[in-house]
Amino acid sequence: MARYVVTRLVQLLIISFIISVLTFLLVHLLPGDPSVAILGPNDTPQARKELFAQLGLNKGLLQQYATWISNVFRGNLGQSFLTHQTVTNALSVAFPIDLELIVVSQVIALLLAIPLALASALRPNRLFDRSATTSTFALLSVPPFVAGPILVLIFAVGLKALPATGFVRLSGGLGPNLKSALLPSIVLAIGSIVVYYRLLRADLISTLQEDFVTMARSKGLSTPYILLRHALRPSSFSLLASAGLAIGSLFTGAFVVEAIFAMPGIGYQLVQAIYSNDYLMVQGMALVAAIAFVVVNFVADLALTFLDPRVRRA
Amino acid sequence: MPERVPTVSQLTAELAAADLGAEGALALAPQSATRPRPARRALGVLFWVSAAWLGLMVLLAVLAPVLPLKAPNFQDYSVVNRGPSIHHLLGTDDLGRDLVSRIIFGSRPSLIIGFASISIGLVVGGVMGLLAGFRGGVVDGAFNAVSFVILAFPALLAIIVIEEFWGRSLLKLVILFAFVATPQLFRVMRATTLSFANREFVVAARALGATTRRILLRELLPNVIPAALSFALIGVALAIVLEGSLAYLGLSIKLPTPSLGNIINEGVNNNNLSTNPYIALWPSVYIFLLLTTLNLMSDRLRSWFDVREGRL
Repeated sequence: MARYVVTRLVQLLIISFIISVLTFLLVHLLPGDPSVAILGPNDTPQARKELFAQLGLNKGLLQQYATWISNVFRGNLGQSFLTHQTVTNALSVAFPIDLELIVVSQVIALLLAIPLALASALRPNRLFDRSATTSTFALLSVPPFVAGPILVLIFAVGLKALPATGFVRLSGGLGPNLKSALLPSIVLAIGSIVVYYRLLRADLISTLQEDFVTMARSKGLSTPYILLRHALRPSSFSLLASAGLAIGSLFTGAFVVEAIFAMPGIGYQLVQAIYSNDYLMVQGMALVAAIAFVVVNFVADLALTFLDPRVRRA
Repeated sequence: MPERVPTVSQLTAELAAADLGAEGALALAPQSATRPRPARRALGVLFWVSAAWLGLMVLLAVLAPVLPLKAPNFQDYSVVNRGPSIHHLLGTDDLGRDLVSRIIFGSRPSLIIGFASISIGLVVGGVMGLLAGFRGGVVDGAFNAVSFVILAFPALLAIIVIEEFWGRSLLKLVILFAFVATPQLFRVMRATTLSFANREFVVAARALGATTRRILLRELLPNVIPAALSFALIGVALAIVLEGSLAYLGLSIKLPTPSLGNIINEGVNNNNLSTNPYIALWPSVYIFLLLTTLNLMSDRLRSWFDVREGRL
């Protein structure tokens, strides 16, 4: 067990290192010279030289990387060329938005997927199972940029029940805050529901054929009790694994949804930074997002091994 | 050849079937065998309806320039924001452009990027996966490590950052999408190859003195292709979603070339959603049907080839 954790940890470190190099290189290949935007009318050869020295752009790539990564380890991700906002600051503003979207969307997805899967697995291939399988299958074909406008059309334009765009911070009250986060969260949840439902249903069906379930039945335990206490836990591991993956990827993957609903989360800010060639901002955010993705996967993987006694012992 | 010589895999399948009884014989019989296939292993009507629909959409996209369509960017200010009519079957947008024409022309980048990038990924990733799964060792280790690193990086993010310095064109987008798809197709091909690499028929082929090339092409490839194809169709659907997302953000093909994603975006902007919801609605319906078709075909193919589930 300890050996497994150590091996995975070493893998994590190697991948993180490669990601940092790639992020660094990718961003250095970006077009456009930020000095033009920063200097504006003061663009003289002298001022340009001073700026390059100040930003360290006159040094070699290797040295720039060394400086950058040692700063990262000290918690300094750099600051925007243009607005002089630090990346750490921008992240701390954007992060709560993503966190709320992820939590609300995952809660919605799990609240729908788990009961559906339980009901389907109880009588596979019967009417309920078939209609649930078919309708979740249809959800698979609804990408965010289709679901978003349609939900806005129904709930914001038609019913006028929810705001179409914008994000109200928690300081603006819990009600308005949740209202502004609801539509984007539903859009994000759509992608997860299908996956969760399918995985849990398949695993439940195979668990319900195990001997210990027959045993529980013969003891006269009620069906709901068997489903919830005996079958759900050993069936939920692939669900947890994919939830881990989903959460990791939503930190960056949510930016289409953030763009549709004009929510200034990490992905949205990243795209804005790319539009304006703000390359230290891009670098810092991409690094944090990619590392977060890898780390969340790692944690989900470890959590699985601890939760599942069968894997733990192996 | 005077008569059909059965391949080694067919021979071993027969041998294995002898131990498994009639059920096993049916399950292991290769598709090309002469014995009739049981009815429930057919692909089903739905598959063929989907295939026909997909064929129609591809045909419309290919023939778009010669079809009697209005130019997708022609602005006719006398028919702004009209609903569906005989002159404009799906109506017009806020600039008086015909929506049928815009959607058919707009489907071209989606379909080209979806099919071309996944085909490239399937060939490149497929060859690598086949080799890695069969050979193992250093080759496998190296390919595996590279694929993990690429997969660890968020795909959409990588594409946006790279295209920003490289420039945007149809060809470049296809290459970028293929680059992102290859490691995934590699993993599928590798895993499937691994599951076959030590099966009896491969061992038997080797014992009979078959060359590596023969084992790869005649024994393994036919067994691995179905899983790869099924996965590739989902890949096409995912690529189309990705392209649509980029187009929605204005990061796919340059405007004013229509693309499904940017038509939806135009339908949402300028308050169009309340004045003329059709602009966003029609391309959404089109994408939904396209993706449903691809997902359905992939699903049917998978259960058709997957012997265990096919018999359930």
